[in-house]
Amino acid sequence: MPTLSMTVNGKPVSGEAEGRTLLVQFLRETLRLTGTHVGCDTSQCGACLVHIDGKAVKSCTTLALACAGASITTIEGLARDGKLHPMQEAFRENHGLQCGFCTPGMIMSAIDMVNRKGTDLDEQTIRHELEGNICRCTGYHNIVKSIAAGAAAMGKEGLRQAAE
Amino acid sequence: MYAFDYIKATSLDQAAKLLSEKEEAKLLAGGHTLLPTMKQRLAAPGVLVDLSGVSDLRGIAREGDAVVIGAMTPHGEVATSAVVRAAIPSLAELASVIGDPAVRHRGTIGGSVANNDPAADYPAACLALGATIVTNKRSVAADDFFTGLFETALEDGEIVAKVSFPIPDKMGYAKFRNPASRYALVGVCVAQKGSTARVAVTGAGSNGVFRWKEAEAAFATFDPASLEKLTMSPAGINGDIHADAEYRAHLIGVMARRATAKALGKRL
Ligand SMILES: Cc1cc2nc3c(=O)[nH]c(=O)nc-3n(C[C@H](O)[C@H](O)[C@H](O)COP(=O)(O)OP(=O)(O)OC[C@H]3O[C@@H](n4cnc5c(N)ncnc54)[C@H](O)[C@@H]3O)c2cc1C
Ligand code: FES
Ligand code: FES
Repeated sequence: MPTLSMTVNGKPVSGEAEGRTLLVQFLRETLRLTGTHVGCDTSQCGACLVHIDGKAVKSCTTLALACAGASITTIEGLARDGKLHPMQEAFRENHGLQCGFCTPGMIMSAIDMVNRKGTDLDEQTIRHELEGNICRCTGYHNIVKSIAAGAAAMGKEGLRQAAE
Repeated sequence: MYAFDYIKATSLDQAAKLLSEKEEAKLLAGGHTLLPTMKQRLAAPGVLVDLSGVSDLRGIAREGDAVVIGAMTPHGEVATSAVVRAAIPSLAELASVIGDPAVRHRGTIGGSVANNDPAADYPAACLALGATIVTNKRSVAADDFFTGLFETALEDGEIVAKVSFPIPDKMGYAKFRNPASRYALVGVCVAQKGSTARVAVTGAGSNGVFRWKEAEAAFATFDPASLEKLTMSPAGINGDIHADAEYRAHLIGVMARRATAKALGKRL
């Protein structure tokens, strides 16, 4: 089996992977990073979203070997120094989850949304951009609220970091 | 998925060579059609030749009167490209309604035209704009390229390198989405250049994307009113649990008028 090296959450990692090994299998089964979920395995639900070189991608529809040398961020890589990422904190504050199964994908999607659309997100934009993420529990209202709040918090955090 | 060997090509020539040498080899672009198909075991290539490392297949450029898009350019890049937005804004809009944001980060124009899904968006733009599909061997006019359901003029081992879209005077695309799959239930692309207009329909034809020549001929002036008296026959139109053939045929007329209105910067 070929050996695969990449950067995951800022750390260099390597492991064995077959041609058919999916990125999500490599993350969950080889690296034991089980925060990334598999909801549908048919590219529909977004529970498996991770960032590859800064962009949200469905890791159930990406081959692990295709990611050799790439930089991957998963839900486990968001918190800093024991403090939740502002988007994670916003989901907690706004009750943006019930069972939590879709949440890692929702949060990775939300941060990608901020990266592309900025920190001032209205409800319509958020709902439109969330088309690739399915939640079976919440009815989405609090997810939309969480993302708006998390985006605004990321804006403030960015300003603070720039000032420091 | 059945096991296969994975090879990342570094040049178009190398990819072509691998395709011709290896038995049961298939190209991998964004994988957003091929990998789901392989998971269902509807395809079982022995070797996947990944094009993602071939850097000259990716990129967007204005070349004279055309916008040229490399085969490995993902939909999201087309949607946000300043070049496309300036020259053919409606093409950028079409790319922005393919699937969802994550699909658009990965899925490519080359994969989309090569796959020729009967409900895909790009084939409609290719036909309406009179695009040229450039492969590693030749150039093929869109009219000759899309030959049927999931069928194209591509020969064994032929690789799409880029798609060249002549810049129209006006273009509009109206898509009636299937909300679950996000593909087109019916999508109509209308383009006008000088005294000619072309109308292409996706999502509806039982033989895949097609030009609606009656509509093209009906444009006395390029406006939605010119299409009002036209009706599309349900013969040859797809029916399924989402929409029967009569409904789809009706939608084609509605979407054609909406696309024309959009091309004129109006809403219908
Ligand atoms: C959830 C979801 C929603 C989607 N919604 C839409 C939608 O609304 N509209 C739409 O149009 N599409 C939609 N798609 C399909 C998406 O756009 C695909 O990305 C696209 O159809 C195929 O492109 P790809 O790069 O993923 O190709 P792949 O899956 O990698 O390849 C597809 C086929 O083309 C061949 N191929 C790839 N590149 C080349 C090349 N350069 N030359 C020759 N052959 C090649 C491959 O061998 C394979 O047979 C959706 C997909 C998903 C998963
Ligand atoms: S598990 Fe990947 S999209 Fe559902
Ligand atoms: S919180 Fe249960 S699926 Fe979204």
